[in-house]
Amino acid sequence: MWELILSKYNYWIYALLLIIGFYAMMAKNNLLKKLIGMNIFQWALIFYFISIAAKKGGTVPIIPGVHGHHGAEHLVVHAADYINPLPHVLMLTAIVVGVATTGIALALLINIYRRYGTLEEDEVIEELKR
Amino acid sequence: MIQEQFPALIVVTPLIMSFILFTVSWWNKRLCFPILLATLSACLVFAIGILDMVIKHGQPIHYHLGGWDPPWGIEYVIDHLNALVLVAVAVVAWLVALYAKSVVEKELHESKLPQFYTLFLLQVTGLFGITATGDMFNLYVLLEIASFSAYAIIAMGERGADFAAFRYVIFGTIGACAYLLGVGYLYILTGSLNMADLAQLIPKLFYNKALLVGFAFFLVGVGIKMGIFPLHTWLPDAYTLAPSAVSALLAPLFTKVGAYVIIRIMFTVFDPSFSIKLYPVMDILGWIAAIGIAFACIMALAQSDLKRMLCYLIVAEMGYIVIGIASANRLGLTGAILHIVNDMFMMACLFTVVGAIMYQTGTRNIYQFRYLHRTMPVTLGVFVVGALSVVGVPPMCGFFSKWYLILGTIEAKKWLLLFVLLASSLVNAILFFRVIENAYLEPRGEHAFAHDGGHPSISLDEVPWSMLISMLMIAAGIILLGIFSGVIIKHVIQFAVPASF
Repeated sequence: MWELILSKYNYWIYALLLIIGFYAMMAKNNLLKKLIGMNIFQWALIFYFISIAAKKGGTVPIIPGVHGHHGAEHLVVHAADYINPLPHVLMLTAIVVGVATTGIALALLINIYRRYGTLEEDEVIEELKR
Repeated sequence: MIQEQFPALIVVTPLIMSFILFTVSWWNKRLCFPILLATLSACLVFAIGILDMVIKHGQPIHYHLGGWDPPWGIEYVIDHLNALVLVAVAVVAWLVALYAKSVVEKELHESKLPQFYTLFLLQVTGLFGITATGDMFNLYVLLEIASFSAYAIIAMGERGADFAAFRYVIFGTIGACAYLLGVGYLYILTGSLNMADLAQLIPKLFYNKALLVGFAFFLVGVGIKMGIFPLHTWLPDAYTLAPSAVSALLAPLFTKVGAYVIIRIMFTVFDPSFSIKLYPVMDILGWIAAIGIAFACIMALAQSDLKRMLCYLIVAEMGYIVIGIASANRLGLTGAILHIVNDMFMMACLFTVVGAIMYQTGTRNIYQFRYLHRTMPVTLGVFVVGALSVVGVPPMCGFFSKWYLILGTIEAKKWLLLFVLLASSLVNAILFFRVIENAYLEPRGEHAFAHDGGHPSISLDEVPWSMLISMLMIAAGIILLGIFSGVIIKHVIQFAVPASF
């Protein structure tokens, strides 16, 4: 049982963060807390992608010293020695997406606060009914 | 030749022009609209060019961005299915842009117009990109571009729109993250992000549980974006409170492009047998669609706000498309694909009319539409065309897609879905005749005015020409799509349905 948790601890952390974020988005009444939950949700995903790329003892996928020399194609490269760079690249984009979402959501929150004078969801709904 | 570059140009042109438009607006605000219309005209030419190429060659166009070969580079693949959706998106976006000018100038503050036009173009960029791409992660990015512009553009609307937009942000982000999780599961299993490559690799992994989880994440993620029944809660508020021109753009296009993505994932990326033979996906989808249509019809009946009623109607229309998918045969899927195109025009028609009524009278309440047929005869005429099409009256396009959907459910022997389709058509008739009755028929007890040649204070008071032309063209599109639906099916849709059906 413990082995199952410990050997794949990255997945457990990611799942836990995902659930925390989801809970905050659904259950919290304060809109800013919802936004924080949304951020946790997104970062859990980024963490997940990065962790699947990692390898024990792996290093950055740069092969030093062969640039410009002849015979570089004969160099033996073991894929197991290098971490997978693609998920990192994907997550760079996902981080940008996350920042943009947060930016839009914050702008909306400023607007909501100015108009209704509160960030509590039930109070905003109450205000809108009037 | 330049025609080979069209798949990239159709995404890159509106993207670059949106920045140029915003920059130019600092210098001269009056140039915004001509730039928008010119860009969309160019996109229309690209889309038609692509469709022409696909029909001529009879096989998908592969475009490698930056010259990198596919599984590594990003590839745009355009076959009959996306070529058709691209053309439909381009036509509707162009017509709505023409319609938008007068409406936004009245509804939005003058300082917001450049932002509106910029976001309009970004929105269209995202929709074209989602449709054209052949790469799972690229689809995610473009889905988010489309969503961001939607969030921002919806928040420009009337009181309460910012709160609706915030809820949309939360739901939309859950949807996008679920989609991204699905991509992650597929990437771990296969090491690939290219749709065509995945289609080769996935059948070997059919019994893998992680694949099933990934598939479920895709369905939920795209389901939120397209507003399928239990995941639709953000939709009515966001689309009702958005500015008229925005709902006329988003309501027809965004949800339908989401339906396209579902079809693409279920039948191209995953083999059709995965969701038909291996797991009871089609039965589940059928049930969801049936319950969703029933729910949406009841909710629509309860509304007195015409725009909100139409928003629930969208949820029902998405249910129709899902029914077509759930029939899992050639006829049903033909109906679903035809309905994607038809529904774009139908919803564009109805939402533009609501915007026009709002523009002139300032109300959307159905019970205040009295004498509207005298003040705005053309607008209401267009409304009747759209309404009859949604109900499913023969010369309009809505009849033909519904016909195929019904044939599909009969062939699949799914009697419940057949019943839901027929019953909801009846409810649609009630919904629309309630509106038509309020607008056209004289109220009881007031016909005393009739003997002196009509009510003296009521005179012709139509919306500006640009709006009228746009609405009339959309209505004409509905009738033409109906008349030529056989041609579309013969030359395009029959190749878009997977060969194994």
